[in-house]
Amino acid sequence: MLTPEKKKEFEEQIRAYVGKPISPPTPARDEVNEPMIRQWCDAMGDELPIYLDSDAAAKSVHGGLVAPPAMLQAWTMEGFSMHEGYDVPRNEEHRLHKLMTDAGYTGVLGTDIEQEFHRYLRPGERVTVNTVIADISPEKATGVGTGYFITTRSTWTDEAGEEVGWLSFRVLKFIPKDPPKPASDGGAVQSKPSRIKPPRGQDNAWWWDEVANGKLPIQRCKSCGKLRHPPRPICDACGATGWDFIESTGRGTLHSFTIIRYPQFPGYEFPIIAALVDLEEGQRIVSNVVDCDPADVKIGMKLQSFIHEDEDGFKLPLFRPVA
Amino acid sequence: MSVRFDEVRAGQELPPLDVPVTAAIVVGGALASRDYTPVHHDRSAAQANGLPDVFMNILTTNGYVSRFVTDWAGPDAIIRGIKLKLGGPMLPGDTLKLRGSVTAAEDGVAEVQVTGDNAWGNHVTATLKVALP
Repeated sequence: MLTPEKKKEFEEQIRAYVGKPISPPTPARDEVNEPMIRQWCDAMGDELPIYLDSDAAAKSVHGGLVAPPAMLQAWTMEGFSMHEGYDVPRNEEHRLHKLMTDAGYTGVLGTDIEQEFHRYLRPGERVTVNTVIADISPEKATGVGTGYFITTRSTWTDEAGEEVGWLSFRVLKFIPKDPPKPASDGGAVQSKPSRIKPPRGQDNAWWWDEVANGKLPIQRCKSCGKLRHPPRPICDACGATGWDFIESTGRGTLHSFTIIRYPQFPGYEFPIIAALVDLEEGQRIVSNVVDCDPADVKIGMKLQSFIHEDEDGFKLPLFRPVA
Repeated sequence: MSVRFDEVRAGQELPPLDVPVTAAIVVGGALASRDYTPVHHDRSAAQANGLPDVFMNILTTNGYVSRFVTDWAGPDAIIRGIKLKLGGPMLPGDTLKLRGSVTAAEDGVAEVQVTGDNAWGNHVTATLKVALP
């Protein structure tokens, strides 16, 4: 962490970059050309004939081959030397990033781009880019960590000096909340997040074990017979600690529900229909309704539970409508 | 065949596109856009940045979003602008589910809203302005 004095000094240093061009206007290394267009279209699976088929392109509104507009930035990308990263700064943007990295803002994340194309480019043209550091936000706390949003604005001109398009690009330069983990052997990489697992303790682990065996259990007081859920050690009716359980038929009616559309955290299918279900044995339980259009969910509808198994083997009871 | 402006109505949906993303798409897209940042072609660099594998660069996302729209709009459509907001990362082995709908149609230009979701949640939301014949 920086001291308040150091922080002030740091912010003055980074603010000095606002308005600076990152380098003198830079011509593209190559003319707009068909091999690079073809390679782009291959990678994007793009078969639009105006990019690849000169006869079809001639008959289109463009009157000849054009480059995909989304490629605009590609014509002036730095290319191979980018693999060196910003540790050896080669322009003002790199110097700004390095200054922030050295102050602990090591993370970088592209957040959004906005771009306009005044016209499409044609093979044989050579564009020049001019990129300016347009803005640095005040320090912000974000989900990934605290940092600054840096906006750069690039404009491209043709050989006549006419602007052909522009792009503004925003990145977050931040102090990561979770320090990067060292590279693993690559063997145990989890590519897909899964459902958050319930905490298991001595009062409720039995319930999840029964579910894993395909049952929907309801805890019952041995003294007075009152049902209870979620599982807990003492009966709230008579105070007795002895209990057993019954197996529910899984038939129930929808008592109430809410539909979760946002935020869409990983590991779940959205929208989620979160439901309070009255089981026919008289116990209410929280679960999700699935196999049902959110528009068709109605309080009082008949439901049937089933044991769902996630891809990672975790099992839980869910409900679906019965006709 | 191109979509004509007078056929377009707000609320109209684009044909969905599911892209099974491979390492070839991630690395091929990065290199086709001349983006040699290591996290897009080197798994150990991606892992050092806290991600399990190489992830798609913004220009490739940009390319897929515009391809998705021109697949629908056709060769006589002209993309005037793209606004794109990134969510979670796009990794090999996952599917990019592109969905879109027309949100406005005025003066020969359709505004199209696009979302691209994957197993992590939302990867991209975008708004495109497309001039139609």
